[in-house]
This record gives sequence, C-alpha cells and structure tokens, in this order.
Amino acid sequence: MNFFEFLLSRWSTILSLTLEHLYIVFVAMVVSIALGVVVGILITRNRFAARVVLNLTNILMTIPSLALFSLLIPILGIGKVPAIVGLVAYTQLPIVRNVYTGIMTINPAILEAARGMGLTEKKILRSIKIPLALPAMMSGIRTATVMGIGIGAIAGYIGAGGLGVYIFQGISRSSDQMIIVGAAIISLISILTDQVLGRVQRKLNR
Amino acid sequence: MIRFEKVFKRYPGEGSDAVRDLNFEIQAGTICMLVGPSGCGKTTTMKMINKLIEPTSGAIWIGGRNIDTVDTIELRLSIGYIIQDTGLFPHMTVGENIAVVPGELGWKKDRVNARIEELLELVDLNPKTFRNKRPHELSGGQKQRVGVARALAADPPIMLMDEPFGALDPITRAKMQDEFLSIQDKIRKTIVFVTHDIEEAIKMGDSIAVLKGGQIVQLASPMEILANPNDPFVSELIGGRNSLKMLNLMRCGQIMKPLPAGKTEAEPKGLAGAKQGVLGLRATAQDALAEMLRTGERFTYVQDAGGEVVGLVDFEDLLQRASRHGVV
Amino acid sequence: MASFSALVKVLLLGAVGVLLCVWVVENPQDSLVSRLVTYDKVWVLLLQHLYLVAASALLAVVTAVPLGVALTRPAWKAWAPRVLAVVNVGQTVPSLAVVALTVGVLGVGSKTAIVALWIYSLLPILSNTLVGFQELDPAITEAARGMGMKPRRVLFRVELPLAAPLILAGIRTAVTITIGSAILAAFVGGGGMGNLIIAGNNISRWQVLVLGATLPVLMALVADIAFERLETKASR
Repeated sequence: MNFFEFLLSRWSTILSLTLEHLYIVFVAMVVSIALGVVVGILITRNRFAARVVLNLTNILMTIPSLALFSLLIPILGIGKVPAIVGLVAYTQLPIVRNVYTGIMTINPAILEAARGMGLTEKKILRSIKIPLALPAMMSGIRTATVMGIGIGAIAGYIGAGGLGVYIFQGISRSSDQMIIVGAAIISLISILTDQVLGRVQRKLNR
Repeated sequence: MIRFEKVFKRYPGEGSDAVRDLNFEIQAGTICMLVGPSGCGKTTTMKMINKLIEPTSGAIWIGGRNIDTVDTIELRLSIGYIIQDTGLFPHMTVGENIAVVPGELGWKKDRVNARIEELLELVDLNPKTFRNKRPHELSGGQKQRVGVARALAADPPIMLMDEPFGALDPITRAKMQDEFLSIQDKIRKTIVFVTHDIEEAIKMGDSIAVLKGGQIVQLASPMEILANPNDPFVSELIGGRNSLKMLNLMRCGQIMKPLPAGKTEAEPKGLAGAKQGVLGLRATAQDALAEMLRTGERFTYVQDAGGEVVGLVDFEDLLQRASRHGVV
Repeated sequence: MASFSALVKVLLLGAVGVLLCVWVVENPQDSLVSRLVTYDKVWVLLLQHLYLVAASALLAVVTAVPLGVALTRPAWKAWAPRVLAVVNVGQTVPSLAVVALTVGVLGVGSKTAIVALWIYSLLPILSNTLVGFQELDPAITEAARGMGMKPRRVLFRVELPLAAPLILAGIRTAVTITIGSAILAAFVGGGGMGNLIIAGNNISRWQVLVLGATLPVLMALVADIAFERLETKASR
C-alpha cells in the first residue's frame, strides 16, 4: 500500500482524529488564556505574588509533559479531562509571563499622565494597560498555543484521543505510515498556527 | 607621513562617491582634524588608513610605503585606533584590554605588565585601582582614558581617533581634550582625528580638513581657516558673520604677540600688582576680551603651562582680527 | 554564596529522588511493583536516560555551535536569515512528531532516539548562537579588527566570549527540553525513565508511575540550576 492509498483508505479516521485534536487544544487554550490573562493582570499588583507565581509556572514548564500527564492519571484518571488540565497547566507560563511583563514595561509616564487626567484604576486597566500590553500578550498566546498543539499529541497516550493516538498506535504496531501521517499532520498544524498567529501579532504591533 | 593620492571610494550599490579625489598629506607628529557634517566622508577617509575600508581607486602612502603592499594585520598593529564608545571589550579587564595589541605582537609578560602600568599612569589612572576593573565599572571619561591607553599600547607612530570624546558631557569633554593635548606634547604621534565639532577641530588640530559631500573643501591650519575661509560652507561652519562665535574659536596661544625673549622675566613681574589678568595659552579670545572688559585695560597677558608669561593679546589686534571676518 | 545555595538546592533535589526511590523499593504496593522496581533497575534506567541526554546534547553542541559560527562569517552570512527562518519553523514542530518522523526513517532503537533528540536540541542552540553573534556590538568587533587582531583571534578572544552567555542559554534550553523529551525514547526502544512510565501505565501501578515521572523532573531542575550557575559565571 503506498502513501496515497493509505491516506485515501483511512481519511475518515484521520479527519476525526485531527478534529478531536483541534477540539482538545481549543478547549484547553480558551481556559488557559482566560486564566493566564487574569492571573497575569492580578500579579502586577503585588511583587511578592508575582515572584511566586512566575517561579511556579517556570518549574511547571521544566516538568516533562509525559511525566505531568502520567502524574495526573492517579488523580484524574484517563481521558480528555486530565489532558485538558495538563495542557492548561503547561501553557500558563508563556501567557502569564507575557501579560505580566507587557503591563510592567509600560512607560510609567503614560500611567502617571492617565492618573493625572483623573482616570480610575479600572479605566486605566481597560483603556491603557491592556491595549498597550496586547502585542506582548499575543506573543505569549502564540507560543502557548503552538506548545499546546505539540503537547496535545502526547496527551494521546493517556486516552485523550487526537493525532497522538495515531503515532502511539503506529509505533506499537510498527506501522511507519501511521507514524508519519500522524507526525506530519501535527507538524503542519503547528507550523500553520504559528504563522497565522504570527501575522496577527505583527498586525497588533503596528 | 600619511599621504592620500587620488583616492576615491564608492560603496557598492550607491549612486555617488562617498569620498572623491582626495589628495592631501599629514605631517609626522601633527594632529590632522577631519571635520564636517555626518555623511561628509570623514569616517570613510579615516577607516581607509587602517584598511577597514578599501578605496575604490587611488593610493594611500604611510611613511613612503603604499599601504596596499603592507600586510593588513601588520599595518593595523602599527596604528592606534580609538572610536566613540572606545570599543573597550566588556569581558576583559582594563589591563587585559590594554594588553591586546602587545599580546598579538608576542610581547613577554613582564614587558606587557610594565607597559600597562606606564600607560595607566600616563592617562592619569592609578594602576592599582583600575587595572583589574571592568569597563562597565568606569565612568565615561575613565573609559576614554583606557581607550587612549589601549591605542598607545604598542607605541604606534600613528593614531586614528573617531569622535573619541563625542559621547562625553561638555565639561568632561573639555578636560579630556586638554589632557590629550598635553599627552600629545609628550608622545608626538601622527594623529588623524574625526569630529563634527568645529570648536574641537580648532582647539585640537595642527591642521584641519573640512569635508563636504566627500571632498575636502579646505585644508589649512586653524588660524588660516578662521582668517580666510575659502568657501561659504566653511564660513557657515565657523559661524560666518557671528564675530562673538569667532572669538570663541581663537586661542590666546595662537593670536598673542610673543614677548621678546629676556624681557619676559622683568616686565610682567614688574606689573605684578597691576590689575591685568593672566590667561593660559588655551584660553579663547573671548576670555581675553572679557578679561580686558573686567580690568578696563587694552591688553591681557598670556602664560604657558609652567606659569611663565610668554606673550600678550591686545585689544587693537583683537578688533582687527574680528572685523576681518565681517563684523557688521 | 550563590554557588552555595545552588549546591544546597541540587543536594535537596537529589535527596528527594533518592528518598522516593527508597520508599518505592522498600514499601511496594504489591509484588508486581516489587518485582519491577529494584535499585539496580532504576539505576540502569537512570544511566540510560543520562546517556541519551548527554549523547544528543553533546552532538547538538558540536554541530550547532560551529554551524552558527560559520553562518556569521562573511562568506556564509547571506545564508543566516534563511537558515534562521527554517530553524524557527522547525522549532514549532512538536517533539513527539520529530521522534515519530525519525522512527519512520531509521526504525526503532536507541540510535533513533539519540538522532531525534539531537535534531530537536540542535535548533535552540543554533538559533541562540546565531542571535548571540548577530547581537554583538559591531563597534566592538570593528575595534578589534582595527587594532590588528586576526579574524581567528577576533572570533576566539572577542566574539565567542561575548556571545557565550546566549549560546549557553541555548544549551540550557536544549538540555532541559531533552531531559523531558528523552522519556519518549522508551516508545522507540531507547530505554530511559520512560520505561517506568510505560510499565506503570500498563500495570496501572501509581507508585511506578510517580517514580518514573518524578525522576526526570528532578533531573531537569538540577540541570536548570547548574546551567543558571554557568550562565552567571559566563556573563561576568
């Protein structure tokens, strides 16, 4: 069976695994971005909290993803839930850090001017801090999302479904075609997502 | 010592020459200032001397040798090089920075060490304190001194200086200029000095080449440039019809009438109680005028670095010099 | 003082690992675990894991750094932006995909694992080397050339020492990532701590799982601390 015959005969499985993969990553990223942005903004108010949170997310990043997922199994069992929890935990660092530095590096003169003009802190956050920190936030979201797609593949190992399943099955059945198709599609999705979000980021920068 | 012969430089992909038909000579032991606005070709001219930039055509001669025939590394090791932020290597100590060229030349360790101490003393930095410091621990002026020491390390006959004092505040800058001139009195190097500041050019230069659009519009001594600007561009640069600015560019040492030898001792000492002020050789004509206005006298004395009175600037002379340049 | 606290941290992390290991071996859940987890077996897997990481990281350093240096030399400079673009795209490819694609080409075995990990850790080192050289202040390298240093001396005495902190940061990223990714080697017959995780999942024994997952984390943290020390030393 050559490559194209393989693709043709399995296209419906491949498509549903791809969609499942995108679904997991999408849900995880929605939660992760919401959580990360809120945490990132909250820690700009307290230096100590910022240090604790940033160090914690930093340590979280060094934990190998397969290890993190495996550690979640005894607690949450297998399936999509531990996969999404793992993905959220994993993608926090780039988002939180970029939101935080994006806000902290705003020229203090701008904030002072806003305060001097009589804007409330709430208003300053909404109409000055967030818009000015947006490019940095977007860059963090881009890194996190691309990471999420890759780690989502590893989540296939703990029964979350997605394209990782194809790779792991391919390895255990020693089917090169399954392995390569799974890997190629994941790589393609990662690269495309990176390019698209990169374009969005550049637009925001302007 | 350094001679340019029909030198042209055009950068690839550019429509016009960066420098055009340069023909001039710099005498051994003198400071030649290259002055002009940015983009006039002064830095290009300088960097062709140590082959950081290759001329498109023409030849440059140093001490009778065409530099084309000299090995690039050998040439550069014989030329001291100082740039605006001094280009000190941030990962090396002051001592290591100074030791770079002697190291390339294969000097013995003892000799290098002795040289480092000698040079730090020459630029007025205490070797004990500064030798093991890193560049980021130094002030702007101190960095510049180390830059000078590093360039002098192997006692090169020629030094190239590219806006060396450009990043300093005005007070430190003036101090560094004075110190550098007194070092030059001792070492007598042939120096090519790039600046965009005409005041610096007049203060430091034995000769000044004014560049514009890649060509030398005037090459002359500072006094000659002040007295006879041969081009509207040069007049503009030195302040044109603004006689007060002109006075600020003239140095007492350049415009004074020397007192006859022998009389120098007696006369001014006899006047010790008089109200006349005594100015240094590097005081400006404006200082002299201010001094005359203060004392109400029509002249003021000039003394050398040793405190010995060597000449005087008188009012009539000053008036004449200023009016020659077209006071309204 | 800084090195002291780093040492304390490393010792503490090591102690956690040893204690965890002792606890699992001495108090196994059941006979299955006690047969699977012995001091010898854990030790062998640990060494395998270290070997995978060290071999691939070493390969990556000796290939990526010279390549990065070559791409900043005048003759090859024009290629740098293109290579950097390819590298950046390559870095978005997930580690599992890299491992999988390597299996597709080379089949299974520890060589495959090392090649995959090598490719994956090549990229951060190469991109950091390139950026490290490109970000050097051109005035400094020009000063070095203007003073008469030969190109080779400029490279070794000025450029490399100044780019070293960034290159080291690249190696640090590569090594920490590789320690984690080396777990995947177990799937392609490369051994290492991943074996414990797979076994733990297959027999559903959480003790084995926790041990297999925690040891690489501790290794990654130790490596991170060690490189942090090196970096502060290099940037001084």
